[in-house]
This record gives sequence, structure tokens and C-alpha cells, in this order.
Amino acid sequence: MSAVAIYLKLFWTFFKIGLFGFGGGYGMLSLIQNEVVEKQKWISNSEFTDIVAVSQMTPGPIGINSATYVGFKAIENAGMTPAEAVCGSLLASFSVMLPSFILMLLISAFFMHYKDHKSVQTVLKWLRPVVVGMLAAAVLLLLNEENLGTFSAANLQLYVSIGLFVLAFIATYFWKIGPIKVILMAGLFGGLFYSLI
Amino acid sequence: MLLTLFITFFKIGLFTIGGGYAMIPLIEREVVERKGWISREDFLDLLAIAQSAPGVFAVNISIFIGYRMRKSIGSIFCALGTVLPSIIIILAIALFLGNYRDNRIVENVFKGIRPAVIALILTPTIRLASKAGLNKWTWWVPVVTALLIWWIGVSPVWIIFATIIGAILYYIFKLRKA
Repeated sequence: MSAVAIYLKLFWTFFKIGLFGFGGGYGMLSLIQNEVVEKQKWISNSEFTDIVAVSQMTPGPIGINSATYVGFKAIENAGMTPAEAVCGSLLASFSVMLPSFILMLLISAFFMHYKDHKSVQTVLKWLRPVVVGMLAAAVLLLLNEENLGTFSAANLQLYVSIGLFVLAFIATYFWKIGPIKVILMAGLFGGLFYSLI
Repeated sequence: MLLTLFITFFKIGLFTIGGGYAMIPLIEREVVERKGWISREDFLDLLAIAQSAPGVFAVNISIFIGYRMRKSIGSIFCALGTVLPSIIIILAIALFLGNYRDNRIVENVFKGIRPAVIALILTPTIRLASKAGLNKWTWWVPVVTALLIWWIGVSPVWIIFATIIGAILYYIFKLRKA
């Protein structure tokens, strides 16, 4: 396949992923796997697992992280130069954002214009309690073994994680400490504690 | 102003660890509390909108706030600020650090960060609940929503769409009656 053809395919694939990727990063991951690993065969299944792990261990939205990484690997695996691979990763990240960018601009413009209309106000009044439930569900879903450590009474990591969870909540809710400070302190603690024991 | 938008969202993007929801406490702190660009009620509305649109949740949020502040050009600056840290970091990893994943210290740092990030999301959830207009008639809505998503595995997108349709039908019904 020629270079242009690969780039075009990369653009189209990630545009589709951005368009149909509803429900946040994790919903998008299964779409990426289906398109990139199974259909296009740009990367292998184990490379995909690597991408998920790297995305979770780096800052930034998971959808963008994985698009950047897949864009790079797809071009690199096609036997092209690292510079061309960098172009591939920029292209993939841009393409995955493009559909939601267009849609969100339209929605934002519509919202600004009609937000005082009674019908829109009714919809928003109904939505607000639902959003609170949605956020609570995100918290519940994240309280899993991947984030806290295996749920067994003999697992030290689980107790440390629960302690960090409670402390971080007290720090932000009652002491009003900013989230960035809490992240830095929790990271410093984890780096020292788990490396020393 | 555009530069302030960019820098604010660059900072938010840099500390969004573990997916789009992790961005919520950062936005609440920087955009709602410190800068006062939007109110808590508006923030709730924006979360519903960002969740019901396709694409990356965190990027959708920044596009909406950028549009509110400075129309289309504002959303470009906010979206770029949000994604640039992750693009730079991922590129650096792909180019130079093939075995980043196996780095023990990095792994340990994240073992500490992950549980804290969950608590960071809990805090704005409680603060926003007080702005959601909950009363003795509506308190069950967040509970049922959370259970549907967490326990049964319903996508939040469907719940939002169903709520929008319900609200519109209710509005039409009331209009007819009046």
C-alpha cells in the first residue's frame, strides 16, 4: 500500500471511531480493537494490550492516547520511518477528534441560542439528577481490582488503596485541597511506599 | 484570553489520569471555582451534553467550555490544550521508551494515584448533587441511574437519550393541557 493510501485509511478509520465512539474512552477502546486489530490488522492483539496499559498509565483522555499510539505503530509496522510514524500519530489523533468537534460545535451553538427556552429548561431540569447518578456510577465502576488491587483479605495493596481513597476524599471535600496536589502526593507516596516495601 | 484558555486546559489535560471522568475534579477546581467561567448548574448541563455526543468525553467538555468563552476559536484552543500533553507524552513513549510499561517505579507511582483519582471524582459528584435540584420527589433518580449503569451495565448514553425524550413528551403534554 502506498504511503498516501495508508494515511487516508488511517484518517477514515479514526474518523469512524470518533463518530461512533459513544460513552467515553472505554467504549471507544472496543471500537479501536475491532477496527485496528481485527479489520485492518495494523497492530497485533498484544500490542493493543500494551496500548491500553500505556493509556491508563499516562495522563490524558484514553481515546486520544490510544489514537496517538496506534497511529504511530500502524505506520511503523508498515515499514516507514519514525518521522512518518509521528505524522501518522498526529493524523490519527486529529481524525478521532474531528467528528465530535463538528458535532459539539453545533450542539454548543444550539445550546447557547436556545438554553433559555422553556423546553430546553425542562430537558435540563430532568437531566441534572441523571448526571449525578452517572458520576456516582463512574465512581462505583472504578472501585475495581484493577485500581485498588486484588480483593483478598491478605492483600496489603488493597488496604493501602482504601486508605488513599478515604484520605484523598477528606483532603478534597473537607480540606479543599486541589486535585493536582492530591494526585502529586498520592503518586509520590505510591512511588516511595511500594518501592521500599 | 485564548492563551489563558489554552494553558488552563493544558494543565487539566496533563493531570487527567485514568480516563475522561478524571477530568471532572480538575475542571471543577480550575474552571468553576478558581476562574468562575461557568456555574455548577451549567457544569452539570455540560456534562450531560458532553456525554451524549460521540467522541472523547474530555475533549467534548473542553470544546463546550471553549465555545462558551470565545466561540469556535475558543473551542479549538481548549481542545488543543486538552490533548497536547497526552500526544506529546505518548509520542515520547512510542519513540524512546518501548519498555515504559515494565518500569517498576512508574507502576508503583500509579498504584498510589489510581485510588486517589476515584476519590477525586466522588468529591464533585457530591458537590454537584446539591445543585441538581434533588428533593423528596427526585432523590431516587440518581440512585436508579447509578444502579442501572453500575449493576446492569446500561450505557449512560441511552439513559440520557431516554431522559431527553421523556422531558420533551412531558413538556408537550403540559403545553397541550395549558
